[in-house]
Amino acid sequence: MPVAHPRSIGELTELLDEESHTVLLAGGTDFMVGLNHGSTRLAPDDLIVDLRLVAELSTVEVDYQQQVLRLGAGVRWDDLLTAPIAEIAPCLSQAARTVGSHQIRTAGTIGGNLATASPAGDGVCALVALDATLVLTSSRGQRTVAVSEFAIAPKKNVLERDEFIERVDIPITEGWQGYSKIGTRNAMVISVAGVAVVLSSESNTCRIALGSVGPTVILSTEASQFAGTTINWEIASITSADLETVVEMTRASATPIDDHRSTAAYRKHAVGVLTKRLIEQGLTTLRKSL
Amino acid sequence: MTSKSDERHFELSINGNRHRVTDSYPGESLLTVLRDRLGLTGSKGACEEGECGSCSVLLDGNLVCSCLVLAASVTNCSVVTVEGLGGSTDVQTAFVESGAIQCGFCSPGLIMAATNLLERTPEPTVDEIREGLAGNLCRCTGYGRIIDAVQVVVQQRKNGRS
Repeated sequence: MPVAHPRSIGELTELLDEESHTVLLAGGTDFMVGLNHGSTRLAPDDLIVDLRLVAELSTVEVDYQQQVLRLGAGVRWDDLLTAPIAEIAPCLSQAARTVGSHQIRTAGTIGGNLATASPAGDGVCALVALDATLVLTSSRGQRTVAVSEFAIAPKKNVLERDEFIERVDIPITEGWQGYSKIGTRNAMVISVAGVAVVLSSESNTCRIALGSVGPTVILSTEASQFAGTTINWEIASITSADLETVVEMTRASATPIDDHRSTAAYRKHAVGVLTKRLIEQGLTTLRKSL
Repeated sequence: MTSKSDERHFELSINGNRHRVTDSYPGESLLTVLRDRLGLTGSKGACEEGECGSCSVLLDGNLVCSCLVLAASVTNCSVVTVEGLGGSTDVQTAFVESGAIQCGFCSPGLIMAATNLLERTPEPTVDEIREGLAGNLCRCTGYGRIIDAVQVVVQQRKNGRS
């Protein structure tokens, strides 16, 4: 059971094509917990594929022509806190800052957060609100999948056996964005409920994503559309009645469960509160720049 | 051609020395290798899920939890453990003199985290110290003196006496 260290996308693609029992290792911050506690077990013929040395996976590229920010799947939380990512996708940076500790943020990657497919994934919630797209690669070629379609159940994603996440493409938009989460303390916490809101003042649209209130991160489609049409974008304002409707629609789209971290009832309440705060905060900020 | 390393027998570079590891079990963490195979027991093991920070080490200069590092995957990296600091750095001395050590279990991890924080942020505010050390738990709850110790180092370095 060796560990393979591919150094390029080409080597990685070839390896996944040749070997049939592969386990992809990114930052290890989720994977190793499973191994340490015995909930994840390696089979004797598993080949661990260490992704850290694949050069292309750690690239960050800003393309103003195509209006897209391209992040390699191996970009780490700590990198997400810095420019240019923090300037272009501040809600992703805010989400990154709430992940674990410095120790976790220097190791964990955005690709790992996506592949783990947890409904509590802070980065995933921000990426769904940002309408980001994943580029999945294998020897058979590349395909693109919306982040909102990537996870299909807790710990399950649409990756084929020989595929890996090459990069995340984030559209660059004007406007305001924010991420907020609730947990039992201010650091080192897995979210009880999380919300990301992206207000695009170019397209006059709003996207609301909810974390930890369903089997996957949820794009609150109805609430997003209603907010987009009821916000008066000229003056960056929404009536309190319409905002209440957005909040109710957000809660209606959540399908939380009771578990050891919180109750379904509290989570439903919390996503409404967070959504309201974020939209109010966003519109206040947008009004100042009118 | 992709290089492959053996999962069970490999070499690690720790505190500037090459160490041979034999008969490592599949999926063994760097923390287990350090403590149980190489006798480097400075790094402590408690939660083994990245919550407590007591196993913090530097991996190619970055602060990580060694319990979350697959040992066989870092054969090409440089590891620094608390033993690698020597024992009398200004951070270590400040921890002792500030009374930032009670039972001492969290100290190696906190000293690694504080050392790394001051490399990244030479003059942190109290909030930056708290955020920088958020990944290290002290069950004696001696946080006040731990923060004091970091501030003492900052002051000493500013005064050029370190």
